Amino acid sequence: MAQFSWHMPRWFHQMGSPKWFYNFGGLLQPWFALAAVALLTCGMVWGLAFAPADYQQGNSFRIMYVHVPSAILSQSIFLSMAIAGAIGLIWKMKIAFMVARSCIAIGATFTLIALVTGAIWGKPTWGAYWVWDARLTSTLVLLFLYAGVMALNQAISERQIAGKATAILAIVGTINIPIIKYSVEWWNTLHQSSSFSLTEKPSMPAEMYLPLLLTVLGSYFLFGLVVLIRTRSQILQTQNGASWLLQHKDIYGAK
Amino acid sequence: MLMHPKRRKKLLLILGLLAGTSIIVGLVLYSLSQNINLFFSPTDMAQGKAPADQRIRAGGMVREGSLERATDSLKVRFVITDFVEDVKVDYTGILPDLFREGQGIVAQGKMNDEGVFLADEVLAKHDENYMPPEVLQALNEAQAASLNATNTNLQTTTDSTLQEASK
Repeated sequence: MAQFSWHMPRWFHQMGSPKWFYNFGGLLQPWFALAAVALLTCGMVWGLAFAPADYQQGNSFRIMYVHVPSAILSQSIFLSMAIAGAIGLIWKMKIAFMVARSCIAIGATFTLIALVTGAIWGKPTWGAYWVWDARLTSTLVLLFLYAGVMALNQAISERQIAGKATAILAIVGTINIPIIKYSVEWWNTLHQSSSFSLTEKPSMPAEMYLPLLLTVLGSYFLFGLVVLIRTRSQILQTQNGASWLLQHKDIYGAK
Repeated sequence: MLMHPKRRKKLLLILGLLAGTSIIVGLVLYSLSQNINLFFSPTDMAQGKAPADQRIRAGGMVREGSLERATDSLKVRFVITDFVEDVKVDYTGILPDLFREGQGIVAQGKMNDEGVFLADEVLAKHDENYMPPEVLQALNEAQAASLNATNTNLQTTTDSTLQEASK
């Protein structure tokens, strides 16, 4: 029987080096910031001010330009966190645990924004702020999962153990992601099915769809930016005084 | 670099953990599936799947031309349908802005003895389609135009058939 094995590419192991991640992340960071600001500004201004009003909802549909990116990101970030956690568990990569830790707060924030904007939109459209349907309830569960992951990560002071525990909870919690995604198809819900997909024909014209696409992409860059900043600052905390860091004059000051 | 046996073991352990929890959650959701549904469709109600004498939610499309409004009160009566079965709904109160004929709604209330659903809350269900008002207007015009075209075609066909026959 052939031995089951595969090679991980070189860059994968490089990512595990604090020095490499810190320096490479530092190169990426300004570009992520630029992309996030440019895409979000264009998308928001276009969507909130210039896109045409909806034939039934009028202007209240515009909350979609905040709601949809937040909802998409809340799920993507949870998945990223679980994948980073799994990499940390399998390859014992400390950087991966730091990345997972960096995901928690921004993911929880996006979930909260999605829930609040959804409620604000629900009142004029459905006639209720909140309904216990499958989509809304599973998203609320996602917020609680983020809260659980956050509490667990903060409760254990030993970083390595905290990283492992958080990773396991995040991996188990990913079960909720397909439930959120397919809730509108598996059950009767008040929430409509997805309007936004990269693979299918959009259910709205281009002048409504393109601003949404820009805000979604911009939100991904914002997420990337936050993860870079927070992971690099964790590297600084743990690597304080390391010889490779001493070469960074901007941190230790010119001598 | 080969994947270390220890790492492979861990990977399989994680995948096993994920598979195990998926099965558990899947079974729980499957057994709860009827309770997770937000509303009963008119077909469910006709088949007796909805509990009687209990507050339930009913959902469906408001049938075109079925809305009757009382002139002296906020009382409305309409029919919801899933295009298989119909349910009559009575409601007193202000309907949501998106309530209209041909639109999906979810009503909460009780079935009475005459088979009329007495709703105390009506929610409008929005679909996933968005379009500017001009597009709707254009669509309607296009539809009207194609209807006219079909009528004219029919007219011509009938005329020519008549001519054929008269020959």
